[in-house]
Amino acid sequence: MKYVDEYRDGALARDIAATIAAEVQPDRSYAFMEFCGGHTHAISRYGIEDLLPKNLRMIHGPGCPVCVLPVGRIDDAIRLAANPAVTLCTYADLMRVPGSHGASLLKAKAAGADIRMIYSSLDAVRIAEAEPSREVVFFAIGFETTTPPTAIALRQAIAKGLSNFSVFCNHVLTPVAMRTILDTNDDPNEAPIIIDGFVGPSHVSSIIGLAPYREFAETWRKPVVIAGFEPLDVMQAILMLVRQVNQQRAEVENQYIRAVTATGNLIAQNLCAEIFELRDSFEWRGLGHVAASALKLRAAYATYDAEQRFAVQTTAAADNPACECPAILRGRKRPADCKLFATVCTPETPTGACMVSSEGACAAHYTYGRFRTHRMQVAS
Amino acid sequence: MNSEAPRKSFRRKLDIAHGRVDMSHGSGGRAMADLIAGIFRAEFANDLLDQGNDQASFPTPSGGRMVMTTDGYVVSPLFFPGGDIGSLAVHGTINDVAMSGARPLYLSASFIIEEGFAFADLQRIARSMGDASREAGVPVITGDTKVVERGKADGVFIATTAIGVVPDGLVLSGDRAEPGDIVIVSGSMGDHGVAIMSSRENLEFETEIRSDSAALHELVAVMVQAAGPHLKLMRDPTRGGLAATLNELAHQSKIGFRIDEDAIPIKSQVAAACELLGLDPLFVANEGKLVAVVAPAGADALLAAMRAHRHGTDAAIIGKAVADEQRFVQMTTSFGGGRIVDWLSGEQLPRIC
Amino acid sequence: MCLAIPALVVQILPDQMARISLDGVMKTISIALVEDVAVGDYVIVHVGHALTRIDPAEAEHTLALLAEAGALGQPA
Repeated sequence: MKYVDEYRDGALARDIAATIAAEVQPDRSYAFMEFCGGHTHAISRYGIEDLLPKNLRMIHGPGCPVCVLPVGRIDDAIRLAANPAVTLCTYADLMRVPGSHGASLLKAKAAGADIRMIYSSLDAVRIAEAEPSREVVFFAIGFETTTPPTAIALRQAIAKGLSNFSVFCNHVLTPVAMRTILDTNDDPNEAPIIIDGFVGPSHVSSIIGLAPYREFAETWRKPVVIAGFEPLDVMQAILMLVRQVNQQRAEVENQYIRAVTATGNLIAQNLCAEIFELRDSFEWRGLGHVAASALKLRAAYATYDAEQRFAVQTTAAADNPACECPAILRGRKRPADCKLFATVCTPETPTGACMVSSEGACAAHYTYGRFRTHRMQVAS
Repeated sequence: MNSEAPRKSFRRKLDIAHGRVDMSHGSGGRAMADLIAGIFRAEFANDLLDQGNDQASFPTPSGGRMVMTTDGYVVSPLFFPGGDIGSLAVHGTINDVAMSGARPLYLSASFIIEEGFAFADLQRIARSMGDASREAGVPVITGDTKVVERGKADGVFIATTAIGVVPDGLVLSGDRAEPGDIVIVSGSMGDHGVAIMSSRENLEFETEIRSDSAALHELVAVMVQAAGPHLKLMRDPTRGGLAATLNELAHQSKIGFRIDEDAIPIKSQVAAACELLGLDPLFVANEGKLVAVVAPAGADALLAAMRAHRHGTDAAIIGKAVADEQRFVQMTTSFGGGRIVDWLSGEQLPRIC
Repeated sequence: MCLAIPALVVQILPDQMARISLDGVMKTISIALVEDVAVGDYVIVHVGHALTRIDPAEAEHTLALLAEAGALGQPA
């Protein structure tokens, strides 16, 4: 695959790993957070950890919109789907996310709810058009990468004059989340975890450009390197971060020059600005309430807003107190430190945010990396 | 930071009073294994069932050993590139017998047909089954027919049984792998699952990939001949893909595996389709492939014999068995780092993340 | 949250749609978010939508930078 295979070259990976090893200063440690769940997945799936020096650690950030979707919103979606008039269209990733009392969209479907897994937001519009007697609700989630596809779908539904289409909007914002990670100190008895720099998200940046990251460099003095999606991109970005740290620079650099421009995708940005506006606050699983971190439909689109059409009232639901996600999302703890990891909490039976999707730190460690830390009594 | 003491293994028990079957229970992963153990094995309770292979081997009253297997076919769509539910049923059932090294003798086929199903489609399926069974030399000698109301079956469901004869002295079983044994796959992984998915609505993509559905008993005969006593076991990686099979074998044989991603044959279009949908080809079903575990002394001869057969031209050594208390299937990625290949979690669904 | 893959545009369709090919696997997607898409362009595809075009010159540049980074790691 062109523009893919070249960036997965194992021989080149070993060479770059040697360069990183040569350039890290032996008398200090480095901790970089890769914000984006896609990067967490790539790091685990390719075993990049094995290629990094021992004094360089990757902290897995909360950039997985499935993971950070609060329990209350899943419960809302399940309630919407339980309405016999509703056809709930959802990305497949959400099917197994646990709601309250062990519920999930998958189980709701097993009990008879009309829930359809779709690949593209436009599939939801197609279903609404083909089945005019159904109330089609599109369960929209995602960071800035996935928001424009929702906007396109809504625009198409309006153009087709569909009165049976609405959006249950759960889109969230990246820079705000990054700031929250740096800002909040969840345990006043412990020193805040040091993050030396960020590997910035690939395709969020294709949309939003580079300007939103400047505050991290200028105000927080944290280097940010926007990295492409392939493992060599990640390795190169890590090298660029090491160099920034060594040279005591704090800048926003772009490694993913083949797909990210400084201004981003203006068509996408303008369309989203037309359709969405900021919520005052939104609850994130594992991070709590975060101001100005999520989007809702503008008043002009109220008829297409599922929350208004179906009078959705979200009730907050607490996470399991033994769950260490809040600490893990901030890099203070690692998956293997959590008592629930790999026992009660597994990808099939996830307790917290970090296990809920294959990109969460705990899920990635469980699925790809737990052989490094794991010792269980084997039932044979 | 890592706890040194082994954690107590936590096996979630089935919630019999309130639990319901969902799609993950059919996907070949842990959930399905738990369902089988928690309900079926618990209730049927006998030693032959506990063999835990895809077929059960038993002594016959007149001496000698036979195997029996049963399968259900619920594939949707019914007709797909490279086959249909009928040919799939014949090939898959023959393969379950063949994996024990037994010569398949006869098939039975039971049809559960939805009211309203077209005769033309039923004939197409039956003809396909007839052709497949004649080509394989394994006739369908008995069957059953039931009709259920509209909506109660996806067009048609087919349940099959096959029996076979085990050659004297041949004992191939999932618990026979030992550290040092070599793992061989008979060809490219993921073809069938991708062919099926390409025909499903809402995932519409066009590809030239066809299902690899095929009867493997003749390949197996050649393999048994070539490897002799060195051959330990064979299994066909169907639901849950190569990953499920290797994990099942690791647990049955109480070992681990170390495999090399670069060595696993995967067609470029299969890899591309999996990229598009966010799937891992190691979890995607195959219907005309097998995994063999052989002692090192027999590996070269076995590989050569497989490659010389039309159903094994792309056969490749992908790794080996090792001692591993944790029963991990560890893989060196094409990138050079390590990862495990775990059981499939629930049903593999296309991802956006 | 970025599962996205570069794919080749092989046909422009009406209503801001296009057919893309990934190593011969074809899919129809929306190109409404990217201006002036032409046959032969490579676009990043995410959930059935093109998000941006791949810049071939910059792609080459990245490969050159990667090779350079790799060369540094080699013993002299």
